[in-house]
Amino acid sequence: MMTHPMVPDPWRVQRVRRDTADTFTMELESANGKHSLAFAPGQFNMLYLFGVGEVPISISGDPAKPGTLVHTTREVGTVTRAMRKLKPSDCMGVRGPFGVGWPVTEARGADVVIVAGGIGLAPLRPALYQLLAARNYYGKVVLLYGTRTPADILFRKELQNWHSRFDLEVHVTVDRAMGNWRGNVGVVTTLIPRAPFDPHSTVAMVCGPEVMMRFTVQELEKRGVALENIYLSMERNMKCAAGFCGHCQYGPTFICKDGPVFRYDRLQPLMTVREM
Amino acid sequence: MEIETLRTLLAEHPFAQGLDNRYVDLLVGCATNVRFQAGEYIFREGGNADQFYLLRHGRAALEIYAAQHGSITVMTVGQGEMVGWSWLFPPYRWVFDARALELTRAIALDGKCLRQKCEQDHELGYELMKRIVQVLEQRLQATRLQLLNLYDLQPQPAEARSR
Repeated sequence: MMTHPMVPDPWRVQRVRRDTADTFTMELESANGKHSLAFAPGQFNMLYLFGVGEVPISISGDPAKPGTLVHTTREVGTVTRAMRKLKPSDCMGVRGPFGVGWPVTEARGADVVIVAGGIGLAPLRPALYQLLAARNYYGKVVLLYGTRTPADILFRKELQNWHSRFDLEVHVTVDRAMGNWRGNVGVVTTLIPRAPFDPHSTVAMVCGPEVMMRFTVQELEKRGVALENIYLSMERNMKCAAGFCGHCQYGPTFICKDGPVFRYDRLQPLMTVREM
Repeated sequence: MEIETLRTLLAEHPFAQGLDNRYVDLLVGCATNVRFQAGEYIFREGGNADQFYLLRHGRAALEIYAAQHGSITVMTVGQGEMVGWSWLFPPYRWVFDARALELTRAIALDGKCLRQKCEQDHELGYELMKRIVQVLEQRLQATRLQLLNLYDLQPQPAEARSR
């Protein structure tokens, strides 16, 4: 439970695991043993490394296990590089969870296609956990995941487990491959035309670099998926996370408060405005 | 019976979707049913490009061979997709290798036979070109995205949200 949106709670590192050369996953537990953190898939937390800085990071763990906070992130700046060096029992501040998440409950009765690019798989993983926990409520569930090279594939073990399920279609592709890679090669958008889902009854959840998301929307639209059934997770410079500071303002919306997950038909007029 | 089966398979392939029945019949005259075992080459760079393939089942890799690196996969294609357009343009030689990654079934269409039919019937030629250009457009777009190296494009500032 969150105390005050601007006051971080202390959480302790249980484990830090390297996923790829530049990506790692942290598991945190409440430092005082009092807190669990119920969250919706797609929401994010502000992680505060004392004396270094605070960054917004999506939650990548299972919503059914709110006692352990799981965050997967790339080393891209001062704070995340310092986070990578954390050891078990080190402490950090956590504010959250913030934002609007994926429409997992609203998608009941429909096919669900998840399109993830690179680290974009991390904020979608909680949605997948929830979909699989209530699998009978959905039609086909399809995961399309694209990344740079085979070495950059996130959650490799989990992907293999998901791939072996009969009730989940998993297709992975990489942009470049050498050697003994026997999987798909090509950008993630190339998987959409042949993915097995009914476009007229599909909810699509998309997360990845913004360019990838734009082209993904085009391919989904070509297949016949209605724009109001496509959801994207947006990324901008978030600071307060509560809609006060305006750093993440995106037209009439704040990414932190009104997003990060948006219905595409609401974003469409904004995404073509280059100044934003 | 054999031809009737081939006609059904061809008519069901996404490449032939919306194609007039008389043109499907014409295509059947240039078509054969083929299969490739995993690892088998469908065609090889420098070989005569006298056919193209509509994949019905399985997956294939388009590869280019580089000395000291071996075969590099530039893309993979699967069920419902088309492989090969070098049959369209002189000197009618394959530019890449295509290799089955698993048991792959396809309809092979004779390029020379089709070129002649398209010369005789420009409407057929236009219908085929529309389909082939669509494939080219998809491949070009995918290649451009590959060249962009999307996953290295960081939001600014770098830690806007590290996902």
